[in-house]
Amino acid sequence: MTTHLHIDWTSCDGRGLCTELLPGVLDRDDWGYPLARGKSGRERTDVPLRDADREAAHEAVRLCPKLALSLWDGEKPEPGRRRPGQ
Amino acid sequence: MDEAMWAFGRVSGFVSLALFTASVLLGILNRSGRPLLVLPRFSISLLHRNIALLATVFLGLHVGSLLLDSFAKLNPVDIVVPFLGSFQPFWQGLGTAALDLVLAVVVTGLLRHRIGQRSFKAVHWLSYGIWPVAMAHALGNGTDVSRGWFLLLAAASAVAVAAALLWRLSPSFLETSHARQGNLP
Ligand code: HEM
Ligand code: SF4
Repeated sequence: MTTHLHIDWTSCDGRGLCTELLPGVLDRDDWGYPLARGKSGRERTDVPLRDADREAAHEAVRLCPKLALSLWDGEKPEPGRRRPGQ
Repeated sequence: MDEAMWAFGRVSGFVSLALFTASVLLGILNRSGRPLLVLPRFSISLLHRNIALLATVFLGLHVGSLLLDSFAKLNPVDIVVPFLGSFQPFWQGLGTAALDLVLAVVVTGLLRHRIGQRSFKAVHWLSYGIWPVAMAHALGNGTDVSRGWFLLLAAASAVAVAAALLWRLSPSFLETSHARQGNLP
């Protein structure tokens, strides 16, 4: 079971806290938004994490100024897990 | 004993106001998304929260010590409901109003993940009201207004907050403004 970092693009404002906390996982595009390093497709939105990155990912979820991040385990996020933008 | 409470009440009031000033400045810096010198963005975010919490602790000490002091004649009601006090009800009422606003902003700040971004932010805008109200309370209610050092500090804080506000409203406020206005980075 892999932990994934979900980025809610409707909430994210590219403030760059997550890219600071997870420099090995996330790069920043020119507009400030996080870009999962070496990932494509869905894994840019649901980024699989190595165990070593889980703690930093937790911090990023806690500190994201827009509450745009969440973590989920396993294959699929459970529905209704969070209410984006609320 | 009373003298000591009175003195402590004033000192803790100043410390609290100075920390709230710092917290507003850090909040605005936090919002800009910019790091500062050696401080990364997440440190500024944490510093903003921690200084706000420390300011609130000093605010509690400020009110608590004046409650124990007989000169200020504070009633427990004056802590929650503004403008009822017996000693300078208007200026003291501003202090009460600021306290109520601080409690709202801090509680919703700590419960941000629980209540969601929209409610958090709606209440957090009140923080721009807290600062002038608290400063007016200190100037109007305090007994140290005539002292040079206090006026100097108050003026310096006002200049800093006004400058930060102008920056907040300027088109280049966000770290990413340049790129987002359609310019190539
Ligand atoms: C537990 C306490 C607090 C927490 C967790 C907290 C958290 C935050 C966060 C996450 C932001 C960024 C919001 C965004 O980027 O949209 C922010 C902004 C800000 N905070 Fe706080 N804060 C707290 C207390 C306070 C207090 C007590 C004040 C003022 C007296 C304050 C003043 C500000 C200001 C002025 C901004 C910038 C708002 C803007 O222009 O968008 N904060 N705060
Ligand atoms: S910290 Fe939040 S708002 Fe900032 S870039 Fe990361 S996900 Fe987006």
